[in-house]
Amino acid sequence: MNNVLTPTNRVQSESDLRELQRQMTGMLFRPLNSAWKMQRKSEGGKSISELAESFIKPNDRLTSFERLEIYNRCYWFRVLDSLYDDFPGLLAILGNRRFLKLTTAYLVQYPSESFTLRNLGNRLEQFLTEEPDWIAPHNEVALDMLRFEWAQIMAFDGPSRKPISPRELQKKTPSTLHLGLQPYLSLLAVGHAVDQYLIGVKNQETDGLRSEASNTSDTTPDQNHRRIRLRLPKPEKVYLAVHRHDNMLYTKRLEPAAFALLTALRQGATLEEACETAITAKAPKIKGKVRKAASDQNFPQRLTEWFADWSSLGWFTRP
Amino acid sequence: MGRRGVVIPLPCSFSESIMPANAFNGFTDYGIGIGLRVPHYRHILSENPVVDWFEIISENFMVEGGRPLEVLDEILEQYRVVQHGVAMYFGSADRLNKEHLRRIKRLVKRTNTPWLSDHLCWGSVDGRYTHDLLPMPYTFAAAKVTAERIRQARDYLEVPICVENVSSYAEYHASEMTEWEFLCEVVELADCGILLDVNNIYVSSQNHGFDPYDYLDNIPHERVGQIHIAGHSKFEKYILDTHDHPVLDPVWKMYGHVLKKTGPTATLLEWDDSIPSFEEVHREALKATKFIDTAISTKPKIRKASDA
Repeated sequence: MNNVLTPTNRVQSESDLRELQRQMTGMLFRPLNSAWKMQRKSEGGKSISELAESFIKPNDRLTSFERLEIYNRCYWFRVLDSLYDDFPGLLAILGNRRFLKLTTAYLVQYPSESFTLRNLGNRLEQFLTEEPDWIAPHNEVALDMLRFEWAQIMAFDGPSRKPISPRELQKKTPSTLHLGLQPYLSLLAVGHAVDQYLIGVKNQETDGLRSEASNTSDTTPDQNHRRIRLRLPKPEKVYLAVHRHDNMLYTKRLEPAAFALLTALRQGATLEEACETAITAKAPKIKGKVRKAASDQNFPQRLTEWFADWSSLGWFTRP
Repeated sequence: MGRRGVVIPLPCSFSESIMPANAFNGFTDYGIGIGLRVPHYRHILSENPVVDWFEIISENFMVEGGRPLEVLDEILEQYRVVQHGVAMYFGSADRLNKEHLRRIKRLVKRTNTPWLSDHLCWGSVDGRYTHDLLPMPYTFAAAKVTAERIRQARDYLEVPICVENVSSYAEYHASEMTEWEFLCEVVELADCGILLDVNNIYVSSQNHGFDPYDYLDNIPHERVGQIHIAGHSKFEKYILDTHDHPVLDPVWKMYGHVLKKTGPTATLLEWDDSIPSFEEVHREALKATKFIDTAISTKPKIRKASDA
């Protein structure tokens, strides 16, 4: 990108148009100050008022700066509200002030590259991996929650494939059978009970998922994000399947073996290989010895129950 | 087609007076629609209210699956739906987003929308999105770029396109003409329709100090395929297009004025924030009826494109 703070006041070509648009977005993408106003100086110390005057006309009530500021504020209110709507659990973990700083820094680093606000948070995990200080010292629980909330977004309106029928399943032999899983289904191994924590968070609010896209302008940032600080969840290994059924969002807790089985299937293992993975996953190695789940007399029955359950939920597809 | 997809024969005088005169105003029997919004889903699907048509925000349904598409399909079983987009950004210097277009086309096939609208604005550059409807510099070069994008979109989507004037809070030194002159230039170059947002004209007229009737009187009325009405919010030094109030009197007056020039035109009430009950929104929208009835009774002479 060229210098976005070089004044452009003529648009005689497509190239001129691009320069004007770069200049304006360069200013809109600059965060507001603590009073929710447009900053007065550029990063290079230039006067934003002078830069605004170079391409925005004043009128009898508003300066060029003030007119540009309306757009600057609308931009930030819109994108921040979208992230507040999408990540209420992360907000609850970090608190309003830290969440605001984090999301602002994220949007400066990674402005939206999608036509829909639905995807606004799709690089947040990458950003926090690159800059973990924003969530320290709650890094693990914050990342767990972020992954969980993103999985919910995927489950809400992600693609689906035609489920494979139980009859089709029965025709195949486990040693050669590969199964796909619904694209909207996310399997998460997290170190905290973020599912229960998020229920507590949502019980404190009435908002649902992200607001719809529209072409209206917000007059103020959404102030409905204040809530009582919940106690953070304690470390606890939890295996989750985030999915939808009848187009409603659900989270199912899985046994470690069930999680291992489904993960192996998703990674391309045959059904037989996946079951073997599940058996060994049931009990971790202790002093080099593996306590085989085959010794668990109920395991075959549980396996049957899992498959009946997952099939009824339509999770299995062709690979 | 009548309300809720039932074929209702039009009274003779009605059909004579509102016979579509051109390709852009061929939906004169569409009546009054309202925007389909989440808080109303339950009421609409359970009560099946009589509504001429619903306008959907295309981007809210350009998803791969789940509840949004389920609701849309249920609505489509009973109602006519028209697509309205917020992110095509015809005025951006960037080329049209192919993935975006592909998804719109898929949605067009699903909804069978008779026409499709988006805004005369820009909102992205170098692949970065502001998610806003930013004003254009009103220059001939910008009009040419914008018209080219509209033509490209129409050719790919294979559905008539109407472009909507946006409300704005800033003007550029670079501009060479008025907003309505720019609108005329674009739609003539693109040979497309206009979604005339009367509220947006009012908001911009107050923010920029022009006479809104100059705008209404100097556009190609034969290209107006749809009209938007909405409410707005007044601040000390400017007006913001918030869509969170009933339509204000000056906007109703402008609406009545332009209907005399365009003839009865598909009209939609936008209410996107602080959304009241479905009944209240619908009641507000139906206030347009008396203006449409007046327009029908006065039998306006709709200019043909060849008269222009």
